[in-house]
Amino acid sequence: MTVPFLEISGLTKRFGGLTAVDGLGFKVEHGAIHGLIGPNGAGKTTTFNMISGFYKPTAGQVRLRGEEISGLKMYEVARRGVVRTFQHSTLFAELTVLENALVGTHMSFRPNVFAAIIGWDAEDRRGARGRAEEALDFFGLLGHAHERAGDLPHGHQRALGMAVAMAAHPDVMLLDEPFTGMNPEETNRMMALMFKLRDSGVTILIVEHDMHAVMGLCDRITVMNFGRFLTEGVPQEIRTHPDVIKAYLGGVRHVA
Amino acid sequence: MRNRALHIIGWPALAAALIALPYGLSFSQQEVLVFLTINVLLVASYRLLTLTGEWSLGHVVIMGVGAYASALYTKELGIYVPISMILGACTAALVAMLLSFPLFRMKGFYFLIGSFAAGEIIRLLWKRFRDPFGGPKGIKKIDPMPDFDIGIYSFDFFEPISYYYLALVVVGICLWIMWRIERSPVGLTFHAVHWQDKLAEAAGVNVRAYRTLAFVIASGFAGLSGALLAHYIGTVNPNSFDIEMMVFVLTWAIVGGTATFYGPIIGAIVLTILNEVVLREMGFEQMRPLIYGLLLICSVLFLPKGLESVVQKVLARRNGSGAAAAGEEQA
Repeated sequence: MTVPFLEISGLTKRFGGLTAVDGLGFKVEHGAIHGLIGPNGAGKTTTFNMISGFYKPTAGQVRLRGEEISGLKMYEVARRGVVRTFQHSTLFAELTVLENALVGTHMSFRPNVFAAIIGWDAEDRRGARGRAEEALDFFGLLGHAHERAGDLPHGHQRALGMAVAMAAHPDVMLLDEPFTGMNPEETNRMMALMFKLRDSGVTILIVEHDMHAVMGLCDRITVMNFGRFLTEGVPQEIRTHPDVIKAYLGGVRHVA
Repeated sequence: MRNRALHIIGWPALAAALIALPYGLSFSQQEVLVFLTINVLLVASYRLLTLTGEWSLGHVVIMGVGAYASALYTKELGIYVPISMILGACTAALVAMLLSFPLFRMKGFYFLIGSFAAGEIIRLLWKRFRDPFGGPKGIKKIDPMPDFDIGIYSFDFFEPISYYYLALVVVGICLWIMWRIERSPVGLTFHAVHWQDKLAEAAGVNVRAYRTLAFVIASGFAGLSGALLAHYIGTVNPNSFDIEMMVFVLTWAIVGGTATFYGPIIGAIVLTILNEVVLREMGFEQMRPLIYGLLLICSVLFLPKGLESVVQKVLARRNGSGAAAAGEEQA
């Protein structure tokens, strides 16, 4: 086995006396859809925040193709190819849909003030626009390109969040609860989009509560409980794993 | 097509109006016109700073940095005035760059207070050090702009009208540059940093670098406006860049509105006209801070989106079907 594509090892985060994530380790294969699940408060989102550079880990490493990316700032992690989305509809609500996607192209077409004043960046602008429209088209939003992002219906807003990430042409996309607040129809449509995304070569790491979506979507699933690694496997194994069932059902009294 | 025709007719018409304007004014009004032109640059540069969502209380002091720097370069080093003006602008940008290191560790309200403190420190330095800043009395007898002749018009800088033309050209070029920046991908990134800095960062935007960039560019233009002022009135002192002046700039920006490029400019023009024409004629000049305060409160209460929202409404009504075009303008 060569160097793992994305490797998390010994990842730990303490907030004062609380250890939110404790020595977590798992590997994500290239081109896979990898799920990260666990009961409420298991530390999934904290893990996400550490991988994406939003938090600095107290200990442990995140490696992308063998290169350590933990402890870098969020934009530095993004420039190495790991782009995240946020819970809820985090968008540039005041900008148009197209402009949202254009911000996503920032890394590939780095803006330059002097070129912008003189007008030497016409080619970059065309390229960025093309890339943004491509991402919008992928998520079926091209028809809404000139609407204000804040005016879109919820499902479209979630899709736009992913389109912004996709416009950045990431190697890994971290999706933080992309199915929250979606009806079954929207969920199914979103799942189809994620398969399409994976087939285009993007590795996806997903945190999600919607078990139907997770089981149907993921190639492998890592389960966390109380900040620790619980188990890992393909959806079939996880569904029937006694520890997982205990964590979800037996753990209720701890969680509540 | 209609838009294009508007551009071809509109801009030259505006230019002609601005060139003809001083001939309809008295000498003292011409002087006010010069100040107004300089202030338009100041307030427009302030808007550029606010694009990333940070409001500063140090902008007028930064303008002063440009004024002091340009004055000192001509007086102490004997540099040719137009060049020292540009150097003054660069100095203001450089000072802003240095200030950005401590200031951009803060956001929002803390940045506001921090910028005020930084500005006061600079002002105290001017007061404290007689050499070279001249202490509380400031610098006097700053070299004026040298007269020159461009064939069709001969500039005599003892005449406000000549200085007005100079300022008009300089400010016009600066506004054009700022407009280009705002409409470019750089400007879009400024907006992105303003609305959702976390999402922008996730897309690979170095948020702090962009905040600094907006601050530095805005400060450069503010410095240039200060230099224009210094070589016009021939004297600078710490009190001409105090918090009272900053409050005027804030009032222009808020009353005009900061959502559009022209909002703060409208604010500056309308309030200056109000101030000069109405208040001075009526002898209320001394009550200017009071009336500005009242206006600020009224505009927040009754016109929260500023004078620009009135202009937008008028434009939208005239265009009728061109509502989409108005939407593009806003963006």
